[in-house]
Amino acid sequence: MTTQILIAGFGGQGILFAGKFLANKGLLEGRQLSWLPSYGPEMRGGTANCSVVLSDQPIGSPIVTKPDVLIAMNLPSLDKYESAVVPGGVIFVDSALIERKVRRNDVKAYYIPATKLAQQNGIPTLANMIMLGKVMRECDFVSYEGIEDAVRTVVSAKHADLFDVNLRAINIGREIE
Amino acid sequence: MVVFDKPKSLTDAELHYCPGCTHGIIHRLVAEAIDALGIEGKAIGVAPVGCAVMAYNYFACDMVEAAHGRAPAVATGIKRSLPDNIVFTYQGDGDLASIGMAETVHAATRNENITVIFVNNAIYGMTGGQMAPTSLPGQVTQTSPYGRDVKTAGYPVKIAELLSALDGPEFIARVAVNNVKNVRNAKKVIQKAFENQIAGKGFSLVEVISSCPTNWGMTPQNALNWVEEKMIPYYPLGIYKDKSAEKEGEAK
Amino acid sequence: MANKVLMKGNEAIAEAAIRVGCRHYFGYPITPQTELAAYMAKRMPKIGGTFLQAESEIAAINMVYGVAGTGRRVMTSSSSPGVSLKQEGISYIAGSDLPCLIVNVQRGGPGLGGIQPSQSDYFQATKGGGHGDYHLIVLAPSSVQEMADMTSLAFDLADKYLMPAMLLADGTVGQMMEPVVLPEERPVEFTEKEWAVTGTKTARPHHIVNSLYLVPEELEKKNFARYERYAEVEKNEVRYESFMMEDAEYCVVAFGIAARVSKNAVAAARAEGVKVGLIRPITLWPFPKKALAEAADKVKGFLSVELSMGQMIEDVKLAIECRRPVELCRRAGGMIPSPDEVLEGIKKLQGGRA
Repeated sequence: MTTQILIAGFGGQGILFAGKFLANKGLLEGRQLSWLPSYGPEMRGGTANCSVVLSDQPIGSPIVTKPDVLIAMNLPSLDKYESAVVPGGVIFVDSALIERKVRRNDVKAYYIPATKLAQQNGIPTLANMIMLGKVMRECDFVSYEGIEDAVRTVVSAKHADLFDVNLRAINIGREIE
Repeated sequence: MVVFDKPKSLTDAELHYCPGCTHGIIHRLVAEAIDALGIEGKAIGVAPVGCAVMAYNYFACDMVEAAHGRAPAVATGIKRSLPDNIVFTYQGDGDLASIGMAETVHAATRNENITVIFVNNAIYGMTGGQMAPTSLPGQVTQTSPYGRDVKTAGYPVKIAELLSALDGPEFIARVAVNNVKNVRNAKKVIQKAFENQIAGKGFSLVEVISSCPTNWGMTPQNALNWVEEKMIPYYPLGIYKDKSAEKEGEAK
Repeated sequence: MANKVLMKGNEAIAEAAIRVGCRHYFGYPITPQTELAAYMAKRMPKIGGTFLQAESEIAAINMVYGVAGTGRRVMTSSSSPGVSLKQEGISYIAGSDLPCLIVNVQRGGPGLGGIQPSQSDYFQATKGGGHGDYHLIVLAPSSVQEMADMTSLAFDLADKYLMPAMLLADGTVGQMMEPVVLPEERPVEFTEKEWAVTGTKTARPHHIVNSLYLVPEELEKKNFARYERYAEVEKNEVRYESFMMEDAEYCVVAFGIAARVSKNAVAAARAEGVKVGLIRPITLWPFPKKALAEAADKVKGFLSVELSMGQMIEDVKLAIECRRPVELCRRAGGMIPSPDEVLEGIKKLQGGRA
């Protein structure tokens, strides 16, 4: 099975970090994977996106043009990528920042007020991880099992103090019905 | 009996320089310094593009031929790879002060521990006498046939003054080889530039005011006179920067 | 099992270079290869190596020339506009028969161009780039694993054949992360090369590292000798990947990231019953001419997929001596063809001349 994931939003929302988490989780599970960031003169407030491919076979293109899973963290991203999602795919929308609904009927959509939840829980920079918690609840391309190891890997030793909050954010997302 | 020997650090190859050219003297002074310091076996020279392009045949130590102007960068690579060796460049004015200006300034500001011998004869010799970055105002050359017009061609580059304004370099001096007294002093200064490297002090550049009878269109003697009368007044001789001496002075 | 780590392509090159004994790096900042220089800046001072941010790409390649002359492993990296600046030095290094590694993480051009991935330096890399008769060994990695493996290979080949080697990567492979098994740590080699400048110790005649030969007969002889070595490289070092070619009726030719995209298209075409395969040149010079010529005996047509206006396609046509139609699927300026675009190209090929 191959899963193509596209995470998109503003720079500073932790788009690339969320992708790195999935990539590391995949690595720990012994999967094949690729992680590709958009790069360029992008900065906080600009747009950022990140392609992650997880597979049991060697990965062809690392560029996700037809995502199975889209995580949209702002409106421009939903506008831009909604139509690219494969029929039967899944779209996760940060409904705290995106007011509109997904327009397509052939995809599944989840609305998570991640940015609001992050603020309410005193972890304002971790809406990205709340989104991932929900993703892990609804999808099975990576397993929740071994989540601590993945968080530990992606939160570098230098920032070990951020381990707990990242884990908490994931769990907040995971508990959303 | 006094035997006038060739320095060991020069090969037996016949120099190709024009009659009356002072490159031969400067080669000899560099070789004498290498001999005096006993560093021939450790020395690695970098030849330029210009009249001294074939210096790699004349110096008996290991030699590298660099692209035009790049000798300080090449020397940087060699020195970083072999910090215990003694690395020097031998460059002319077009090479060092025009096309290689960036490499010169940055090797100096890094205080790269190399020795740079800069031969300034105010003209492009090898290509047949074009205006150099150091050609004097009014100087007639093939590409300044009406004399260097500072309004369109700008002013000569004074390398010793320019580099001594940097905090980086250890030692910057200007000497000449137009008479015995100046040659003797040049020998001392060139040797000092190598001693600095041996002591690990850093970038040491000696600008040597040289002559080019062929392209200046003068007899060798008239060329030496022109050095005295025109070049040296524009390019005053002396030690422009000597960080170690300055420090000693402060200590006193 | 060897340990897999997740790394960016640019970083994998840097770490691999260090592990195979490179202790000298010279560079100048340019996107999208910056991580490589940053990695070197962090690591080199801790292992007694050299990281130097040069004043220009020109200076950087000439510093490389200096170290190469001393017989030590040395590298530089840049992206397209910076690699243009390096061409002077590359020609001198080739003309002096010295080994070194040059990494080009390509971006769109010409001119200042853009910063998104490209393959439009193919001509520059494979046909010379600088002045004079010379070649580089040009390797085209298409994954982070290959970024590491080919760094190691490039150093070895450069040393073996006394010529510069180039990794011709692109912004995608440089920026992406994939699991990678890094090469084993090798001891840093300090054996004196018989041609290197290391000081005569007044025990041998002086060595001269040089590319100047004013006597044309001598220069010609040098060039002939060099091309005899190149012939050896062409004989021994051609590398390519053949993907689903056994029963293929059509052949896609693509390298680097274009080959990754093309694999998706090949799989999609196969799913629709189109018998198509892929030949991925791994060495761009030497080019896998024989593999393509043999494919031409079997297939009905070729599709060259490139992130350029079409450069490698010329070598494909030459390799098969124009015996089959060769079509082009291209994007330029930092754009990457999608698998659908490649699939469309394959179908056009199938439908006869487009």
